[in-house]
Amino acid sequence: MEGLHDKKIKFLEEMANRLRQDVIKALVSAGSGHSAGPLGMADIFTAFYFHILRHNPKKPQLPDRDRLILSNGHICPILYATLARAGYFPLEELETLRKINSRLQGHPHRKSLPGLETTSGPLGSGISQAIGFALAARLDQKKYRIYCLTSDGEHQEGNTWEAVMFAGKHKLNNLTVLVDRNNIQIDGFTENVMPLEPLKAKYEAFNWHVIEINGHDFYQIIGAVAEAHAIYEKPTVIIAHTIPGRGVSFMERDFLWHGKPPNEEQARQALRELRTLGQKIQSEHQ
Amino acid sequence: MLNHILHLSDKIFDPSLPQKPTRDGYGEGLLQAGEENQNVVALSADLTESTRAEAFAKKFPERFFECGVAEQNMATIAAGLGVAGKIVFISSYATFSPGRNWEQIRTTISYNDSNVKIAGHHAGISVGPDGATHQAIEDIATMRVMANMKVFVPCDALEAKKATVAAAKIWGPVYLRFGREKTPLFTTEATPFQPGKAEIFWQGSKPQVVIISCGILLYNALIAARDLEKEDKIGTIVLNCHTIKPIDEKEITALAKKTGAVVTVEEHQVMGGLGGAVAEVLAKHAPTPMEFVGMKDTFAESGPPGALIEKYGMGVKDIKTAVKRVLRRRK
Repeated sequence: MEGLHDKKIKFLEEMANRLRQDVIKALVSAGSGHSAGPLGMADIFTAFYFHILRHNPKKPQLPDRDRLILSNGHICPILYATLARAGYFPLEELETLRKINSRLQGHPHRKSLPGLETTSGPLGSGISQAIGFALAARLDQKKYRIYCLTSDGEHQEGNTWEAVMFAGKHKLNNLTVLVDRNNIQIDGFTENVMPLEPLKAKYEAFNWHVIEINGHDFYQIIGAVAEAHAIYEKPTVIIAHTIPGRGVSFMERDFLWHGKPPNEEQARQALRELRTLGQKIQSEHQ
Repeated sequence: MLNHILHLSDKIFDPSLPQKPTRDGYGEGLLQAGEENQNVVALSADLTESTRAEAFAKKFPERFFECGVAEQNMATIAAGLGVAGKIVFISSYATFSPGRNWEQIRTTISYNDSNVKIAGHHAGISVGPDGATHQAIEDIATMRVMANMKVFVPCDALEAKKATVAAAKIWGPVYLRFGREKTPLFTTEATPFQPGKAEIFWQGSKPQVVIISCGILLYNALIAARDLEKEDKIGTIVLNCHTIKPIDEKEITALAKKTGAVVTVEEHQVMGGLGGAVAEVLAKHAPTPMEFVGMKDTFAESGPPGALIEKYGMGVKDIKTAVKRVLRRRK
């Protein structure tokens, strides 16, 4: 990773804002899908695809590329927007999200679109698949790193903890998991539905190195990944505290926005807020 | 008479015919596949010895991964390894894998098109004393219904070895089904095994019925065919349909047309397994009276394997009865 400077941070912030707008447009066009998670993860996706990952959108199958595994496939609108902005496929294609004959499936399908490393949707299977990549990299003596982005809610799945146990045993230091700790899931707040806390202590008990960050601070996101690279004796998990629906006032922190898209009026308002950064600046579109 | 072109054992109906579990064939095949290709890796869920993955684990410890009692994790780790370029074998009892981890296999292996071979062991009720919790009688159905999945059900240990070696050379998901008990070793090294190609093991004179079978009950089908010819003057054909998917539509259709009656024999529910697959083929190409030998919508119980096979209607006598019953319906 290159070093960070204010100019790069500004670029990342602007990119994340653009991606949030892409997500809103894609969702309103699709008429179904998830809003809160993709908006909350926009900064983290930006940091990975525009700073952290070693990848080449023109050569998506490059053998030594870093692998990013999205475990909670339902937040794919942000993955698709990021891949398009990074150059994996044309930006216009975002409008085909969830439509017939589209490469942008409602939940990601590896074989459908360049840049996807796995197929996900049913929760709790991402860390295991990332472990598969980590073991293969180790066997082949490859230096590429494996990142798995997961939701907090899917830590209610048994499969997740089977994977956490396995990675701890094998000290998979080429694997970094990032948990989107946004505290919401479809039926409500995670701590009401099925409490996950103390999440940090749980991972530590499974022999992981744990870092907690503000998932909207680029210095913290990128700094945590750099720290994970330096940990040799354990896999690392980054618990990223994020605000679901981030950037759109009426979606923020409201679990009702977990699994639905905005209607046209709501989308207009959301885009207005994003373009003006919550009335802080004048938008050229107004 | 036996099809001599297939080089079946010359002791096939002799009490001295050797016996060996099909899981042993898996163990030998896995070892051979590992020797032939260094990209072959194997995973186990705390059943390394009884699924016979042990020989591979000992010879290639760096390519063997013990997952503990966690079949869902085993399948999904395998999915990642398979996409990352490995040829992955996962071994457990069929009730757990592909039983418990069916969705993981569906999403992350089949739909994801990962190069994973699922070895389901202790399949059928011939597991015996462990009882119905450990007797997989639905796995052929739940695996063959999955897009991208191929399904092999070998009839003896040698065919099991060949099927395992063949699976390693086929790209994509394959389900392999094995039994626990020692069963007759009636094929030889020279008997052909070609995925997707069913083989006629017995060709009676003026055959009126084709008995289509897979797995260890194929031996019972051969005994039944011999007895029917000798005692009842009923000529039959016995077809070894080791590949349930892709099924040999051409051979099954041709033999159904030639004989005019079909009996399927499998250690599995009669719904959705081999019988179901054959019925789908015939309904489309050559509607033919059929009888189904297998588990009849029930669970079995603990007991000696042989006695269980008899009690649940899959013995030699039951196959003969099914042949006579279908003959009465034959046009």
